[in-house]
Amino acid sequence: MAVDYAALKKGGFMRQKQKNNFSLRLRVVGGNLTAAQLAKIAEVAETFGDGHVHLTSRQSVEIPFVKLTDIDKVKAALAEGGVEPGVCGPRVRTVTACQGEAICPSGCIDTYTLAKELDERYFAKELPHKFKFGITGCQNNCLKAEENDLGIKGGIKVKWKQESCIACGVCVKACRSGALIMQDGKIILDESRCNFCGRCCKSCPTEAWEETHGYMVSFGGLFGNHIAKGEPVIPFIEDHDTLMRICDAALTYFAENAKAGERFRACLERTGFEKFREKIEEVYHGGISDK
Amino acid sequence: MAEFQISDRVDITDVVCPTTFVKAKVALEELEEGEILSIRMNDGEPVQNVPRSIKEEGHKILKLIDNEDGTYDLIVQKVGE
Repeated sequence: MAVDYAALKKGGFMRQKQKNNFSLRLRVVGGNLTAAQLAKIAEVAETFGDGHVHLTSRQSVEIPFVKLTDIDKVKAALAEGGVEPGVCGPRVRTVTACQGEAICPSGCIDTYTLAKELDERYFAKELPHKFKFGITGCQNNCLKAEENDLGIKGGIKVKWKQESCIACGVCVKACRSGALIMQDGKIILDESRCNFCGRCCKSCPTEAWEETHGYMVSFGGLFGNHIAKGEPVIPFIEDHDTLMRICDAALTYFAENAKAGERFRACLERTGFEKFREKIEEVYHGGISDK
Repeated sequence: MAEFQISDRVDITDVVCPTTFVKAKVALEELEEGEILSIRMNDGEPVQNVPRSIKEEGHKILKLIDNEDGTYDLIVQKVGE
């Protein structure tokens, strides 16, 4: 019987150069694995692979040199340790994330919780081509949000609280965008310059900033054969439900407008970024779910 | 300046990150709780980052003074042992 490579690929088994050997991609969310999962992965790599694993460029783990005949045994062994195969091909891929505000002092959003939510909502969803989500916690952009089909970057929208301010001047220097000046003991924020990095409030000794933690979303990033930076539509999304509606709308747009084998970027360029922009703005302002 | 009773001063303009913060931290360790340290630092990266690191250590920042010579004095009150 002929081997159904497409089905294997869909199930995370990537054909190797070496005949009948597969590199099994695992389902990893937001770059996190438990120690128990790692132990199980190690055991499977020893038993069914050649004793090594590969860490992929997008935070997954692959176990190379798995034999075609062992595939079901490998899946069963991994399942015992709470590890699932990942996916490849034209569908929603691994959702990547930095450590975010749960761990990192620079983080502005809880990237891992969001990654799990996006993974549950969309993982392996069939689309005209691959679709990558990446979530980074702040403007440092350790996770390179804009190279993803849909990138999410955490930020903080700030409002100065005069009553708590001691006019120490730390925020004015902490701001790298030149958005803050101090005049007669008052802080003046130039909103047109603010990039929501949150350095003002993170450095403030008296918490004299009202903070709204939110999201900056970019669309259509590519970093393979073609390189393109994902582009924003809405400068700052203040709440989680709106973010989800916008993610839904972007995937719907891709599913409805892209040709088979066409990446999101190419689809946006062919159909017109303006058309997409209008769609996203409508969802953003209208509050209508597009799922 | 007169409004703060400075107990000690440290100059971190002669070192670069991460030694800037380390030098300031060591100087703070020498102080008693409630005493005030004046930390002289360079414009640019030190003044962007050191105050936040001091805050994250739990100390109380009182003032950042521009010496108008490319350096700043950060006035910090020690919190904790």
